[in-house]
Amino acid sequence: MAVKKFVVGCFDEEGPLFDAVKKVRKSGYKLHDVYTPFPIHGLDQAMGLRDTSIHTAGFLYALFGTTSMLSFMTWVFTVDWPFNVGGKPHFALPAWIPITFEFTVLCSCVGMVITFMYLCQLAPFVKKHHFHLRSTDDLFVMVIECTPKTNESEVSSFLTSIGAKEVNTQMAETGWWLGRYDREQKLFEGQSETVSA
Amino acid sequence: MAIKEFFDIPARYRTWSMALMGVGILSVIVGFILYGTGEHHGMRFWASLLQNSTYFLLVTNAAMFFICATTLAFGGWQIVFRRVTEAISVAVIPLGIIALIVLFACIYLDPHVYHWLNPEKGDKILEGKSAFLNKGFYSTWTILTIGLWMVLGNKMRQLSRELDNNPLPDAEAGRKYIFKNTVWAAIFIVWFALTVMSVTPWFWLMSIDAHWFSTMYSWYTFASTFVAGMALITIFVVYLKNQGYLEYTNEEHIHDLGKFMFAFSIFWTYLWFAQYMLIWYANMPEETIYFNSRITSKSHSGAYTGLYWFMFCINFIAPILILMRRGSKRNYTTVTFMAIVIIFGHWLDFYQMVFASLFPDHVTLNLFDFGVAAGFVGLIMFSTAKALTKAPLIAKNHPFIKESIIHHT
Repeated sequence: MAVKKFVVGCFDEEGPLFDAVKKVRKSGYKLHDVYTPFPIHGLDQAMGLRDTSIHTAGFLYALFGTTSMLSFMTWVFTVDWPFNVGGKPHFALPAWIPITFEFTVLCSCVGMVITFMYLCQLAPFVKKHHFHLRSTDDLFVMVIECTPKTNESEVSSFLTSIGAKEVNTQMAETGWWLGRYDREQKLFEGQSETVSA
Repeated sequence: MAIKEFFDIPARYRTWSMALMGVGILSVIVGFILYGTGEHHGMRFWASLLQNSTYFLLVTNAAMFFICATTLAFGGWQIVFRRVTEAISVAVIPLGIIALIVLFACIYLDPHVYHWLNPEKGDKILEGKSAFLNKGFYSTWTILTIGLWMVLGNKMRQLSRELDNNPLPDAEAGRKYIFKNTVWAAIFIVWFALTVMSVTPWFWLMSIDAHWFSTMYSWYTFASTFVAGMALITIFVVYLKNQGYLEYTNEEHIHDLGKFMFAFSIFWTYLWFAQYMLIWYANMPEETIYFNSRITSKSHSGAYTGLYWFMFCINFIAPILILMRRGSKRNYTTVTFMAIVIIFGHWLDFYQMVFASLFPDHVTLNLFDFGVAAGFVGLIMFSTAKALTKAPLIAKNHPFIKESIIHHT
């Protein structure tokens, strides 16, 4: 992973954000990502992201769960250790369906969670750069990546003109890393507010 | 956008519905001549009518259940095509009357469909059940069931149409209106729970095997007819879209209908399996008899085996594999195809529920059964189209209409 330069624009409502996303795509700037406090319907289409393939992955995990559990039980109860349960046949398919079903669901959902965490680069003990902490609270944060050809002051004024309330430039690591946030980085710098009684 | 508010029945549609009803009536006449009397006391004839009338009645009534369930859940997405659902539920009136006649004939003409009507002497099981399985209880409950479905369904439709010419003045009136809807929907749901989800299928269908019982039977019947009902709604919505109506309904709504068909196909399979596995596991003769005539075993010919597993495949494997992808739920052609498959599949399910008990030795399915089914399909087409012409196609003053138009899946 590499450290890159980003221009970050913050919006305080989702309505202007949609227009801004459209304008940014039209202008040809490289949209890195948009961080929102909650999922917004239709934003992925507006950003031009392709449909996720996570359901295909889920289907494959489920298929793995079904076949592995069915073949395992078949092997155990017909080959390895056949025994008589209430006079039922050794290959007692109906009795195995609930177990197969549960294992299918388990494989599918655990597999999908892990895949999802990998795709979003989230995991315990792993750190990722936050462009703006308030994006987990009430701020919609749009991040534009600077290429060698990008004039960042031009991007900043463009973002302001399309309605960003706050614009700044950041050098940031794009990927995840194991360890800790930089000691020098002051997460809350310049954001303290006095609370009025 | 100029929208077409009122539905005009196309000439071809009218011809088709008339032709199908004609086929139905012809089949009933021919069927009565062939099977109405004679060796089986008309059992074959009345069994076919019983299967078709209860199936299509429950399927159309599922449309009203869908309206009430979404009303109680404050669901807004279905309002754009709500008039279609309402129009389908109007068919409960003619189908209810037909079913009432057929069921009463099965009781009072006694074509030997229900053998609990004349139990053999010393039959302890039927004597024990006689407080429940008797003509009086059966007739009263049947009249109450069908009558209250009609009345409560009518009330729900009336509440919806009330707003067409008097828009709600303010938000407070809207809240009151929604509350009133919720109350009536709740009453319908309670009655629905007492009928389709418990007692009524025990009477109409399960009592054909009077010695046998299953507490899951009604849920199974409900799942079967509900998924077919969703399929029916989908077919009508897609048809109207193709005719250029329902401008605000789009693939987002079709997607959700597709999800219902997908999910309830699996729900049906879950109930099918739960009923099957418990009986298989316990292995008690008085319970396994039900599956002896349906699935091959040593002591029976297994005439229904092929039909049974075919029915299982098109009701479970086809929906789960075909409707799983997001793209196929948003594709009008795939969804329509699956809707037709599902309706046919659950019709076959009802077929085996009735016929495998009455004629366990051989499958009697022939053109007569399909003819009767065609008649009921024609009747549903006719009465739904007729109901669609009577009210605007969009409930434009409903408080949730905007939510429904901008619905996004």
